[in-house]
Amino acid sequence: MSFNFTVSPSFPNERISDWYIFNTWLQRQLGLPIHLELHDNFGAQRQAIAAGRVDMIYANPFDAALLVRDKGFQAIARPEGNADEMVVVVAADSPAHSIPELPAGIRLACTDDPCVNTLGRILLEPANLEAGNTRELRRETYIQVTKALLRGDADAGFLPVEAFNGLSPLVRRDLRVLVTSQIQVIHHVFLVGPALLPHAEAIARQLLSMHQTEKERAMLAALGASRWQALEQEDVEFMIDILSTLTS
Amino acid sequence: MEDVHPSPGTTHVLIHSDGTTRQVHVTDIETPYPHGKLIVSRTDTRGIITQCNPSFVDMSGYTHDELIGQPHYILRHPDMPAATFQALWSTVRAGRQWNGYVKNLRKDGGHYWVYATVVPNIRDGCVVGYTSVRREPSRDRVIAAEAQYREMRRP
Repeated sequence: MSFNFTVSPSFPNERISDWYIFNTWLQRQLGLPIHLELHDNFGAQRQAIAAGRVDMIYANPFDAALLVRDKGFQAIARPEGNADEMVVVVAADSPAHSIPELPAGIRLACTDDPCVNTLGRILLEPANLEAGNTRELRRETYIQVTKALLRGDADAGFLPVEAFNGLSPLVRRDLRVLVTSQIQVIHHVFLVGPALLPHAEAIARQLLSMHQTEKERAMLAALGASRWQALEQEDVEFMIDILSTLTS
Repeated sequence: MEDVHPSPGTTHVLIHSDGTTRQVHVTDIETPYPHGKLIVSRTDTRGIITQCNPSFVDMSGYTHDELIGQPHYILRHPDMPAATFQALWSTVRAGRQWNGYVKNLRKDGGHYWVYATVVPNIRDGCVVGYTSVRREPSRDRVIAAEAQYREMRRP
């Protein structure tokens, strides 16, 4: 029997092959059959979770909360220093230069990433913008969010900082960041589900020592991290408490 | 924006729920909420600060070491009605979440407005402390809260 591993679909597309390389490495280290399944969007990922087809996941904070509280998953590690932050952006020729200048009725381009969307909504509160006086334009990918802004189909958009920084300098030049979140305390986490709990310690050991060789450091760098940091259950519980304040 | 010629301020005596009396210096200088930031802190069940993030430290004007171990009411501004905090504590002690607009007092006597959410930290069915997250409020909501609190303080 093979275990199922997935990654929250918020990472840049160019990292798809890096996650497959990571999965191959992890299987070899553990001597366990692990199948990596990458979902196109959060809806598909949530269906897989609901159907019990996820045994291990690198999850965004919102899915981590659900998995720990409701599905018996255990958080074992997180990438060191990488908090999950996002930006609210407009086209460079937008009349708005700050959040309070955004008027009611604006069209917001975003994906279905619950973390980015929740933080983005909070950053719009100083302008009294909420679901009732904005129009959300859902897009499949962050590239499509960017295109919606550049074509004038949307007035503002939500992007993870990582996705924004991954845009070409030419594209970034045509956009303007109105605000960058500085939450500092929420981040992606690596979780193992009930079926893999007997191997949790071995998985954590492999992850936490991964930065010790040059080859594995390169693998980590390709995933946007420098090393894994151990995570206690209370660290995750604290993050979940914080998330619950953001969704009220 | 900080006032170039700040007012000298006034002195107030606050009486807290634990019976402590504290004299505070208050000016009318408002520190703008830093865009994009969240102020996060945790307390034990008595309201003693056990953890806070760098944004909390920056906005309060205290050092991290000065804050840890202090009661959260170190930030209490005399313009805040006691009834607001009574409602906060009775709500979270009952295991529920509280939200509201709060004018916080800085160490230098100035203030900053926040939209605060407080949740009980429930572990194995027991409240073991509280987490508070503050975010930037809109100016309209601050003006409305100021008027409401002024009314509540009226004898």
